Amino acid sequence: MIKFQMPNLGADMEAGTLVEWRKQPGEFLNRGDIIADVETQKGLIEIEVFDEGTLETLLVKEGEKVPVGTVLALINDGKGEAKVSEIPSGEIQKPEVHPIEDRIEKPELQSTERIKISPLARKIAEANRVDISLLKGTGPEGSIVKEDVEKAISEGKKPIQQTEKEIGERKETSEKPSGPAYDAIRMAVAAAMSKSNREIPHYYLEKRMDMSKAMDWMKEANKERPVQKRLLPVALLIKAVAKALDEVPDLNATWENGLQRKNEINIGFVVSLRSGGIVVPAILQADSKTVDEIMETINDIIPRARAFKLRSSELSQSTFTITSIGEGGADKVFGLIYPPQVGIVGFGEISEQPFAEDGMLGIRPVVDVTLAADHRATDGLIGSRFLAALNKHLQNPEQL
Amino acid sequence: MTEEEIKKTVFQLLQRIAPETDPSRLMPEENIREALNIDSFDALQFIVAISEKLNVEIPEEDYGKTISLKSLLAYLDKKVNG
Repeated sequence: MIKFQMPNLGADMEAGTLVEWRKQPGEFLNRGDIIADVETQKGLIEIEVFDEGTLETLLVKEGEKVPVGTVLALINDGKGEAKVSEIPSGEIQKPEVHPIEDRIEKPELQSTERIKISPLARKIAEANRVDISLLKGTGPEGSIVKEDVEKAISEGKKPIQQTEKEIGERKETSEKPSGPAYDAIRMAVAAAMSKSNREIPHYYLEKRMDMSKAMDWMKEANKERPVQKRLLPVALLIKAVAKALDEVPDLNATWENGLQRKNEINIGFVVSLRSGGIVVPAILQADSKTVDEIMETINDIIPRARAFKLRSSELSQSTFTITSIGEGGADKVFGLIYPPQVGIVGFGEISEQPFAEDGMLGIRPVVDVTLAADHRATDGLIGSRFLAALNKHLQNPEQL
Repeated sequence: MTEEEIKKTVFQLLQRIAPETDPSRLMPEENIREALNIDSFDALQFIVAISEKLNVEIPEEDYGKTISLKSLLAYLDKKVNG
């Protein structure tokens, strides 16, 4: 028997609302089937199963909001003993416990009674000067979770005790999910990036890369294509990064009690939302996709990311992240690593620059590439090797 | 197709990509992408949409002629009406 749990769809996720069961008890599940829709801060996410078996029992009702790790359903795989369903990326994280921090960062309370609050909720409350003694917790055992603090903030930083009626209304609205509010996205980004900056000792490297061969190759390739099939430079950049990671596998990893290399190269790609904020869907197994397949994936995934219609594997399985500024933007971008990953590469705008090679100076399309990497996981030499490998692949675009 | 109809189609497609903007307030010489905050991906989606809608072929080397409203409308008028 397999225990199917509420997956963790990112370092910033504490809980999710089970909106709809897409499979019913008795149905046979294949690996990759969508079993349920779950609402998170990043929108309505299709949750996939990673085991085969018959769906035995549903343990959580539609509309119920449960913490990450809660057993949602039992799947009968023909083996008696109950085990926890494993998500391949191994990114399920235990809720953070900071007993020492809790003791040190004593909030200024009116009452002497200890308030139950998650560390993340406390951080957000402190950053926004929300008086947590006025909040009503909706987490386990009445503890205050991130959502409670966010709700207080969105209500104008004047947290008031909720009446029973208001709680009822809130439950009702949570059953009618729509796209997440701008505030929720902002808070998700804030939480993940605060964790990154707090916990990860970043080191930064930068290399200027000649894009003339890559751009010439792309222009030639695009001449033969109908407009729907045309490539953008970012498709080449993603493929080149995937190939470079294959050569420098220490950067295609997570830091969880030591360096954990990942077998698949799943590139998280930063998509900005027009309303503000970002979503980072993964291009799965980018190393084994052709440049055309990567472009097709981008064409599919960007509109879905912007409409908040991503699958769980696309949100939880990134092993490395790319941020690309694109045309008309900044020359360089220095990223913050998305925990528990250990690296992020940033591409500035591709622009014409004076570029010297073999004693000759010419004007060429050039991109400034930066790498931010986790110094617990790797040292500058590894990062430098990665940028050199990336440059080599961009100089041989026909082999990408 | 009249110039006015082409303009209307362009505005409709731009608004689909940048829903919170009002493309009809673009200045003729203004850089469309900068003014409406359109990224490289959406710019390509716009070219795809306009080629399909007006049934014209826009090769990549002509992207430079689609930067401002004035040049884009002149380019499309030439393509559609010859």
